[in-house]
Amino acid sequence: MPLVRFTRHLKRYFPSLAEGEVGGSTVAEVIAALEQRHPGIADFLVDERGALRKHVNVFIGSEMIVDRTTLSDRVAADAELFIMQALSGG
Amino acid sequence: MAKTGSRLLLGTRKGLITLEHEDRRWRVTGHHHPGLSISYAFQDPRAGTLWACSETGHWGTKLFRSTDNGATWDQPPGPKYPEGAVVYDTWNAGPDGTPTKPATLKYLWVMTPGHASRPQTLFLGTEPGGLFRSEDGGENWELVPTLWNHPSREKSWFGGGRDEPGIHSIAVDPHDPDRMLVGISCAGVFETTNDGESWSGRNQGLRADFLPDPAAEYGHDPHFMAMCGADPNVLWQQNHCGIFRTADGGRQWKDVSQPEGPARFGFPIAADEQDPNVAWVVPAVSDEKRMAIEGGLCVCRTDDAGDRWTTFRAGLPQENCFDIVFRHGLDVAGDRLAFGSTTGNVYASSDRGENWECLGTGFPPVYSVRFARE
Repeated sequence: MPLVRFTRHLKRYFPSLAEGEVGGSTVAEVIAALEQRHPGIADFLVDERGALRKHVNVFIGSEMIVDRTTLSDRVAADAELFIMQALSGG
Repeated sequence: MAKTGSRLLLGTRKGLITLEHEDRRWRVTGHHHPGLSISYAFQDPRAGTLWACSETGHWGTKLFRSTDNGATWDQPPGPKYPEGAVVYDTWNAGPDGTPTKPATLKYLWVMTPGHASRPQTLFLGTEPGGLFRSEDGGENWELVPTLWNHPSREKSWFGGGRDEPGIHSIAVDPHDPDRMLVGISCAGVFETTNDGESWSGRNQGLRADFLPDPAAEYGHDPHFMAMCGADPNVLWQQNHCGIFRTADGGRQWKDVSQPEGPARFGFPIAADEQDPNVAWVVPAVSDEKRMAIEGGLCVCRTDDAGDRWTTFRAGLPQENCFDIVFRHGLDVAGDRLAFGSTTGNVYASSDRGENWECLGTGFPPVYSVRFARE
């Protein structure tokens, strides 16, 4: 399963958040699985249409995802996925 | 709980700051949600619940609620635009000419308790132009479809102050639970008299100098609108194009600005709760500059329904001053007033705005100032 790492900024709202393996083969599926584990976290990452929030970045390895609207980028089982805040929002 | 008018809630760029008046002086008593931008904060007088509307910067808008006077906060889910809701973005139509895009919550402009007889009802005004209603004390929110689907929205609602239209003023008639008015920038004022089943534009007499037809039915920019609680047919608005008052529930507005100012341009307006002839504004240099007038701050009050305005400066800086007071940055409770500015200066008056004391000059930019109310 992909390994998901987070910006520490999210720990303010989800103190138990820690990097770990999360199921899913697309970014959307990974976020859905995260929501199961940390109820409410999806609302911090995507808007009500499921699009990535403007000032959130997701990387697969070192590559920023391409599809910010439906989060269809594939995530390999051995990939590392990084959920970061964009500096533009700070 | 503190007596009405003795506790202030500041929504600031760096959190919710509370001040209390005790032993004849104001002092800071709390700082909640440090670092978060609080667009609006208020206390629901019906149950004492504190609410803070937040823009987190990265993680979207969030709503915080406290039922123990700020000791602890929870985070109800907040409003969501329903699937299929779109905003009309005529200026940025896609290559296929479609001027719509999905509506998503951008900003929580204002929150207002419903009528006293409906203690679980709350309203939220948002960008991009949705009015939301809760019937369970803020746990769940529904878009009010009748206003969202008003035929004027497609062509005559657009951004004002922010990119997309925003509902920043909500006035619930204390004498009639089925009547309320909202102010939208830019669109204008809308009234319902049947608990939201239908809405009518109430913009007659306003002027929109930035439109080809300044007397257009819609497209107006009421920066803020306030109702006189004792006489809810009297409403005031500090509009982009002047100060306006209505005495017939919005059917006809009258320009009550001073032609040469200072009471003319600005953002906030406060209506006396009892006397329908009294209101206050914090004027600014007009549209093009948006600064304090000639480097000094003043507050203007009318006691005669806007025929004349008196300017008060005692206790306010009169040189090297650049403060602007945003639309929710002024409030009144009885004889007390308070305002906060974009430059982090906060002032209060105990004599209906005639003399002012500075409560601090190092606050973050202030977005909202509200007295806690019982």
